[in-house]
Amino acid sequence: MSQSTAGASSGKPKARPKYLDLRQLSMDQPIPAVVSIMHRISGAALFLFLPFLLCMLEREAFIAATAASLGVIAKLLLLALLFAYVYHFCAGIRFLLLDKHIGVEREAARLSAKIVLGASVVLTLLIGVKVW
Amino acid sequence: MVKRNVVGAHYGLRDWIAQRATAVYMVLYSVIFVLVSLAIPSEHLSLRAVLTAPCMRFLTLLFFLTLCYHAWIGVRDIFMDYVKPLGLRLALHVAAILVLIGYAAWAAKILLLLGA
Repeated sequence: MSQSTAGASSGKPKARPKYLDLRQLSMDQPIPAVVSIMHRISGAALFLFLPFLLCMLEREAFIAATAASLGVIAKLLLLALLFAYVYHFCAGIRFLLLDKHIGVEREAARLSAKIVLGASVVLTLLIGVKVW
Repeated sequence: MVKRNVVGAHYGLRDWIAQRATAVYMVLYSVIFVLVSLAIPSEHLSLRAVLTAPCMRFLTLLFFLTLCYHAWIGVRDIFMDYVKPLGLRLALHVAAILVLIGYAAWAAKILLLLGA
């Protein structure tokens, strides 16, 4: 706002707000940006595969079939969705803390982004080992 | 003439709060789910055993309802960011609302028919 008015008063061409097309940005981004877009992708994946998860729930609840008796593809898909959930969970907590203005400085934000990535991998493996 | 300030419907802030409130509930539920799983002896441990533990059916139903509300706000934001043609965007919004209501009903059915 203040930039554009300053530009107009001094007669120079206005510094117009740059339109960033999110679809054309590469993945060569700072870690917090990667964590942010992965949060969106994992959320979209969870939404898209929600019917699959409800099928699994129905199967376990009524046939009492365990996750161990699943086929390889279903197991891998479940593991990927487990990671998506755990990742969305960890990154979501980070965003809640950022909303509370906790850890907004650059170094802290980079560190917490790394922690989110590491913690979600470790938690996924722990839960995966426990379930299978 | 009535002078009005057009300031929007304020649903942005309401949804912002709702998205975070539902997120906090899902975090709490996830922790409770893990604690209940750990409390059940491993020879009796099953998804069914966790879901039929005291209060868990209600908490799980609440989890799925908050999840659907949370997912609605999330996918709506994605459509608003990436889908520019208005007609297509509205169609996707309607489709998302319908499937999410269906998923909520599906989850409720599973939980109600789970048996004691």
